[in-house]
Amino acid sequence: MNVFPVQAATVASITLRATMGRKRALLFALPPVILLLVTVALKAAHPADASWPSAVLGEFGLAVVLPLTALIIGTSVLGAEIDDGSVVHLLATPVRRSTVIFSKFLVAVALTMLFVAVPELLAGLIATGGAGKLALGLFAGALAGSVIYNAVFVMISVLTTRAIAVGLLYLLIWESLLGNFVGGARLLSVEQYSLGIANSIAHDTHLNAHLGVGTATAMGVIVTAVTLALAIRRLAAFSLKGDAV
Amino acid sequence: MTTIELRNVSRWYGNVVAVNDITMTIGPGVTGLLGPNGAGKSTLLHLISGFLEPSRGAVTVGGDPAWRNPQAYTRLGLVPERPSVYAFLTGHEFVLATARLHKLADPGAAAQRAIGIVELADAQDRKISTYSKGMRQRIKVAAALVHDPEVLLLDEPFNGMDPRQRLHMMDLLEALGDEGRTILFSSHILEEVERLSGTIQVIVGGRLAASGDFRAIRRLMTSRPHVFLVRTSDDRRLGAALVGSQAVAGVEVTGRGLQVKASDYGAFTRQVAGLSRAEGVQLRQLLPEDESLESVFAYLVES
Repeated sequence: MNVFPVQAATVASITLRATMGRKRALLFALPPVILLLVTVALKAAHPADASWPSAVLGEFGLAVVLPLTALIIGTSVLGAEIDDGSVVHLLATPVRRSTVIFSKFLVAVALTMLFVAVPELLAGLIATGGAGKLALGLFAGALAGSVIYNAVFVMISVLTTRAIAVGLLYLLIWESLLGNFVGGARLLSVEQYSLGIANSIAHDTHLNAHLGVGTATAMGVIVTAVTLALAIRRLAAFSLKGDAV
Repeated sequence: MTTIELRNVSRWYGNVVAVNDITMTIGPGVTGLLGPNGAGKSTLLHLISGFLEPSRGAVTVGGDPAWRNPQAYTRLGLVPERPSVYAFLTGHEFVLATARLHKLADPGAAAQRAIGIVELADAQDRKISTYSKGMRQRIKVAAALVHDPEVLLLDEPFNGMDPRQRLHMMDLLEALGDEGRTILFSSHILEEVERLSGTIQVIVGGRLAASGDFRAIRRLMTSRPHVFLVRTSDDRRLGAALVGSQAVAGVEVTGRGLQVKASDYGAFTRQVAGLSRAEGVQLRQLLPEDESLESVFAYLVES
């Protein structure tokens, strides 16, 4: 017998094959390679400088590579099927809508961890030359960010057909712009949750973390729960466009 | 025995009314939902299949509400119009996955049975991306049938099929209807459903315009005067011969060719080739002049 419920396993396996089979898969395979190459290059150029690892792996790894990869993966696990209409074949079965959302969310989280959190850990190990606090902190931050970002992006993909655009706007306007200048915006910034969690282990001022680990964790849990609940609600009311009128 | 019931169902989008106060009961057997494009057929099928909320009224399948009720899919199968399927799967994988989503006791056997019904066993291990349009339509039917549903809804199932595939699909629907299932399909081309028996519901402009027996409507269709444009090597000679036919109501010689008003569609199309051969006239082109669907449906609604 299957350990996983058969419906969830079926949804997950179709999702995995669909996501990895698309050309978009190249988009999320590339950034971790760049991250590792940059790290190796910097390590060769500045082996003794202690300030660049946290700056590069925090500001590039956690603040750029992680959200963009999660955006591509999180909006495609369900959004691509909604766009091309094949989701109807999945929804015209008695599968609970929560099962659909959770299965797809878990696939997105696992892929993001594989393509961002693991490379981030490797880069951290290379940069600091061992399993230091920075490498572990960045890894923890990336793991948490993989979970929270994907919950947000899966929800956006159920709410709108322009998920990538809306997700990019959130990342650029809210996280990058407002998050840097308006203190309150940081409370609703997934980037700050990841950095807060990373910093609780790394204790590195170069990470630019503004939230404490308690706030970051609590907000991360709330945002994940609320966005997933919204996604389930919205999927339960999934409607097809009727005749062209 | 599962019945589909619509009671005073309306659906609008902003100011546009797509379905207007429709009440109907659809029982076992094959029912055709006919109407021109944009008449509201898809909207109606989406309402019945639980993929659209009625703005007013109630839609039930076997007594249970269709909207926000995933459990309804245990006895309902849907073949959507859009051709998109999981094209990266093989036909067998797709139907098997659907069987698993239905939590069937023996998904493997159910998948084989459904694939057998649509006669795709030979192609089941090929990726769906390599399938023709007709094969894709059939694998969608197999997926919709895998849980042996009492109700099967098909949105434009004959679209893109060649005549042979169309006949096969019609035979399949007839057989499923004879088993006591409730089969409802939509179509905007009257001629393509000519061979089916059963009842039809005609939707025009979001309203139920006519409903009744296929045969009666078919008689109306065939007795409707049709206009054809015929081009030959000798228009006047064939024209003279056609005037003598019972199937022809009038002939006019125009600059573009012969304009023939046929009183009996079927008889005329069967006779015209023989007549021209007998007269030694070469038949170059035979074009129906008034095949606009709106005119056909308007004619049906008037009668």
